[in-house]
Amino acid sequence: MIILVGFLALVFLALTVIVIGKTQVLLKGVKVKTEEPEDLHLDKANDWNAIGLFVFWIICIIGLAWSYMDAKKDFLPEASSLHGRITDYWFWVSMIVIMIAFFIVNSLLFYFPIKYRYKKGNKATFYPHNNNLEIIWTVIPALLMAGLVFTGLKVWNEVMDDAPEDAEVIEIMGRQFAWAVRYPGVDDNKLGGYDYRLIDDVTGNSFGMDFTDPNSFDDFTSSTEIHIPKGKPVLLKIRARDVLHSVFIPHMRVKMDAVPGMPTKFWFVTDKSTEDMRIELGNPDFNYEIACTEICGRGHFSMRLLLIVDELEDFEAWKKEQKSFLSMNPSFIDKVPDNLKARALKYTEPEIELTEVLDVTEGVTE
Amino acid sequence: MSAVSLHSEDHGHEEHHELGFIRTYIFSEDHKMIAKQYLISGIVWAVIGGLMSLVFRLQLGFPDIDMSFLKPFLGQWIDAQGKLDPNFYLALVTMHGTIMVFFVLTAGLSGTFSNFLIPLQIGARDMASGFMNMLSYWFFFISSMIMFWSIFIETGPAGGSWVIYPPLSALPEANPGSGLGMTLWLVAMALFIVSSLLGGINYVTTVINLRTKGMTFDKLPLTIWAFTFTAILGILSFPVLLSAALLLIFDRSFGTSFYLSDIYINGHALPNQGGSPILFQHLFWFLGHPEVYIVILPALGISSEVIATNSRKPIFGYKAMIFSMAGIMFLAFIVWAHHMFMTGMNPFLGSVFMILTLIIAVPSAVKAFNYIATLWRGNIIFTPAMLFAIGLVSFFVSGGLTGIILGNAALDIQLHDTYFVVAHFHLVMGSAAIFGMVAGVYHWFPKMFGKMMNKSLGYVHFWMTFAGVYAVFFPMHYIGIAGFPRRYYSWSGFETFDIYADLNSFMTVAAILTFSAQLVFIFNFIYSIFWGKKATANPWSSNTLEWTTPINPGHGNWPGELPAVYRWPYDYSKPGAKEDFIPQNIPFSATPESNLEEENEMIEDEKIIDSIEFNKNIPD
Repeated sequence: MIILVGFLALVFLALTVIVIGKTQVLLKGVKVKTEEPEDLHLDKANDWNAIGLFVFWIICIIGLAWSYMDAKKDFLPEASSLHGRITDYWFWVSMIVIMIAFFIVNSLLFYFPIKYRYKKGNKATFYPHNNNLEIIWTVIPALLMAGLVFTGLKVWNEVMDDAPEDAEVIEIMGRQFAWAVRYPGVDDNKLGGYDYRLIDDVTGNSFGMDFTDPNSFDDFTSSTEIHIPKGKPVLLKIRARDVLHSVFIPHMRVKMDAVPGMPTKFWFVTDKSTEDMRIELGNPDFNYEIACTEICGRGHFSMRLLLIVDELEDFEAWKKEQKSFLSMNPSFIDKVPDNLKARALKYTEPEIELTEVLDVTEGVTE
Repeated sequence: MSAVSLHSEDHGHEEHHELGFIRTYIFSEDHKMIAKQYLISGIVWAVIGGLMSLVFRLQLGFPDIDMSFLKPFLGQWIDAQGKLDPNFYLALVTMHGTIMVFFVLTAGLSGTFSNFLIPLQIGARDMASGFMNMLSYWFFFISSMIMFWSIFIETGPAGGSWVIYPPLSALPEANPGSGLGMTLWLVAMALFIVSSLLGGINYVTTVINLRTKGMTFDKLPLTIWAFTFTAILGILSFPVLLSAALLLIFDRSFGTSFYLSDIYINGHALPNQGGSPILFQHLFWFLGHPEVYIVILPALGISSEVIATNSRKPIFGYKAMIFSMAGIMFLAFIVWAHHMFMTGMNPFLGSVFMILTLIIAVPSAVKAFNYIATLWRGNIIFTPAMLFAIGLVSFFVSGGLTGIILGNAALDIQLHDTYFVVAHFHLVMGSAAIFGMVAGVYHWFPKMFGKMMNKSLGYVHFWMTFAGVYAVFFPMHYIGIAGFPRRYYSWSGFETFDIYADLNSFMTVAAILTFSAQLVFIFNFIYSIFWGKKATANPWSSNTLEWTTPINPGHGNWPGELPAVYRWPYDYSKPGAKEDFIPQNIPFSATPESNLEEENEMIEDEKIIDSIEFNKNIPD
């Protein structure tokens, strides 16, 4: 159907071109009436346009002020992360600087038209250049830029610096179209190795966890929510399985792309637990959320991961309660090399672990 | 047709046979006709790109809307419940960006005005190679056909956003828009790049070699400087996009791993190893950033001309304007990775690119100040072109300032890939550059078509569009500050983004109204070509050489000898002068009453200029 329509359109187009062509030839002999061009300068429209530009700017200022007052209540609340407060501060400082420039420049731009609009008998001032002025308005922006650069670099370097040694490491992996997280496990506090060729959605190894690495045995995963501790640095180790994704935690001012083949990272500290926020905002249903912010296909807009910030003790308790991947999927014991099977079995047979473990642990069930 | 030699003593066209309809209007080698071909193509594409934006703005502004009324146009892309298909949403966003940046603002803006104005303003008969020029348009046309066709295929057009990052764009199994639609996109863009290169090389060669007697570089209008720098930017950066696209074609079809590594998709692990998606991003943005300057520089050049002419004043700071454009051109090549701050690349790179990016703000600011200083103490006439040029300066300033925020890597953490970025580039590119294009059409319409466009319709067009654009894009900053991500079909899945519904609806309505205002322009444009008031040769009393041609310049532009140039193009309202403008081809010996001291000394040089012989040995 579309092909037919397209074909007909092409035929009509060709016919139109041919007809126009023939008409042109015919019209060549016809004289066109010449008219006096209208006087461009002396009509009222010029004054109205000049006044309009100035009035428009006044309306803009009012609209800007009103819209900002109206919109700001929906801005994100104060950043929940420490670095976020710093970047927010510099964001607003920069916004004030540019708003000042915005007002001055636009005010002149919209004032000069009304002041210098065409008047009969008037002559413009022939003033082709002023090198001193050029220098002034080059140096001042340059100094402002330099200020923004140096402060920005300082913050950037701090945020991008290596995570502290004691940071809580959590792996977050993007895939079409959901996030999943993997924790190092309370026993060794190390993430096990992985390889994308080990990924198998059928058997459930969506992370490609490598069970020849003993660090994997206590790792546990989740695809519904991520818990992080309040008051302790969190280092997100970010990866992607299929296409580019990007971890975005708006309340924490956290963002980093997830790249297949190139693990990335981002660390931050939060001092507001989910409960703190619920109280602060007066919203008992508040939740931190993680979104994807690099186009990844059809479900890009629906990659939501619930982020829960716990008090440190609650977080540690929660971690201990989680069942390791191996214990939830004991068939993977087959992937474990023989010399490590004994250690791995501790995770697939929790009853044995209870009697043999000597350190004081809370009840492991649920 | 191209060389200067044969025509300097010609009077009339007796030597040339009458070219038929096809050679005059279709396969023309005349730069003026090619310019009009680009212009009309650009306008058609702008309508298509604009309509696409209305569809996805409907989705964003009114998420529960029943779009069944669009089924006759969009067919399978509207489902039984009247909902827009999310994949097609992404395809619309992709095609909107591609069309507007490349087909409208590069081909439609540079292609039109570089072609039309370069020979006319430098005093040449035509471009250095009319044949190459014609090829440039027809490669663009074929590219357009392929891109247009891709909109209608069953799996849909390319859907990876206009930047088409791999692996999404490399893997058809990741996204239907990465199937045939992506292949067609890549082929169309490859042809587009060829077209751009053919054009750019022609422009630079023409400006260097075909300037008329006396037209030294320091007497060139700022439009020509802008077009030349733009062409250089394109020549050096488009090939890199071609390489990015070629490597992507290899990864898609020939099993290579330039961009792919460690991928598990649709149940199997791909064999590709060792590649990096970041490589594509570097290659893409190496063009991508100069591309935005390719888009804005011609608009800035056009504004210089329009503002000076209509203020009846020299453009303030001619040399500063040239240096700032040159500065922008050089810096444009070394700031690309500010689009990549959050890609996971080494943060040190982030620091380097942040410094360079904030430096490029300085020459841009200088240009804005110079425009405003040109208005100061002018005697300003508000033709529609002038209104759009003033609007351009406003958008350029507003959008450019938010660029300073985004160029700061630390601030970009929160703002990257949010609507703050979308607001920024729509103001500085989607509005300022479009206003430049429109101002150019209004200003040079009399020379292109020998008729005047209707002023009153022009005013209506300006006011509706100017107000509309700010109404659409100013509120968008708030949505960006609130963290709304780009390329989202809907934000209803997140509590965090379950706000600003009214604002989104407002922006959609404003967008629809702004688009309708463009219909006023299109009507005015078409109507005036056929039934507009006849123009005079120089309706704006402008100084540049194009206005010394007849009302309808024919082949070879000037019926007699090429004019010689004695002065710069900005002698407006010169003290002592008889009129408030002195065209470039009026010698100083004819204006003793207004000459500055150093200009009186240049009267002796006029004989030298007049005695320059064109090289008659260059074949046509």
